[in-house]
Amino acid sequence: MADEENYRKPLPGTQPEYLHAPYGSTRKRSPSHALVAAPQLAGELAGPRFTREEVGVGYDDLTKHGNAPALGERIVVAGRILDLDGRPAANTLVEIWQCNSAGRYAHAIDTHDAPLDPNFTGLGRVLTDEEGGYKFTTIRPGAYPWGNHENAWRPAHIHFSVFGPSFMTRLVTQMYFPGDPLLAFDPIFNSTADAEARQRMVSSFNWKLTVPERALGFHFDIVLRGRGATPREG
Amino acid sequence: MASTTPSQTVGPYLQIGLAWLDTDTIAPAGVAGERVRIRGRMLDGDAKPIADGLLEIWQADPAGRFDNPAFRGFGRVPTKSDGTFAFTTIRPGRIGSQAPHLLVGVFARGLLKRAVTRMYFPGDATHDSDPLLSLVEPARRATLVARPAGDGSLEWNIVLQGPHETVFFDL
Repeated sequence: MADEENYRKPLPGTQPEYLHAPYGSTRKRSPSHALVAAPQLAGELAGPRFTREEVGVGYDDLTKHGNAPALGERIVVAGRILDLDGRPAANTLVEIWQCNSAGRYAHAIDTHDAPLDPNFTGLGRVLTDEEGGYKFTTIRPGAYPWGNHENAWRPAHIHFSVFGPSFMTRLVTQMYFPGDPLLAFDPIFNSTADAEARQRMVSSFNWKLTVPERALGFHFDIVLRGRGATPREG
Repeated sequence: MASTTPSQTVGPYLQIGLAWLDTDTIAPAGVAGERVRIRGRMLDGDAKPIADGLLEIWQADPAGRFDNPAFRGFGRVPTKSDGTFAFTTIRPGRIGSQAPHLLVGVFARGLLKRAVTRMYFPGDATHDSDPLLSLVEPARRATLVARPAGDGSLEWNIVLQGPHETVFFDL
């Protein structure tokens, strides 16, 4: 396999390590042996494709999954899925899930004492367009407490699952909101050492995405690994 | 400095967004190939079952190809409350010098990024020449090879941490 076809490693500190002790669940679930360095071969450089038919229609608007509108502050979240060299990930699957505006997930194991919204399931999915673009209409999720440490609160976030062009670009991340005071205290957000890389997970408020009388807009791009040699400076 | 978006854990509520692609049968009926049933458990560093884990299987078809229009080769398999998982697929073919295998991405609460491993098939004479197996110290290779379970299925466990830890790859 020609070296220039491989995906470059993320720069040091720009991705979390498996063990991040402040996030308690990593202590027994992080591999303790060194990973075995391996080549990227045919299977790693290929990846599954999904069709618009199976993704279905309507999953881009999470406010309309019930018999009545979902409760909370409507928002638009939109952006592009790109690689590190700016190449768009076209026709790729983007899946999201989130809690409701009160900070409660529509999931049997969420026991947080906050109200469920019978009209909000919190799941969405789309295929990106030819430019790697996607757009969801949803409800701004609430913050919620969790048992990681005393007085632990997760900042408001939306889970994002993205495939990109190959097995090598598969990524699950979380989108956060600008100016959230809880970010500084969240061990999951802070599991990535590099402060600039962490900001990749924070969306930005965007007037152009804001729909008058309807929904505030937030812009969120996701940057996947780039393929080939590192571009030369200048 | 330009950087990739950091990975984050799927958390405990992953099934809300991901369950729609869950499958017990990676190869639909009508796809040619030798059916194999694979089952196992996902365990943490205390050998406790992981009830909120997920496997993503990515595999070649029996001809060793990843571009078969009749067989996508992708399947999402969740762990159950007792940490067990099970799925049926078709046995993939060799890919050049690579022995037949499944590429496996592992996700769970507490995993800040996907853990990548492979499952190889037992009794395969081509393991010794496989380019990835040969990178693994011999004492740990067995973690990548399924065992006959006695009932016709194959058993393969995923251990995230500890002396019996599954080999995970850095790609």
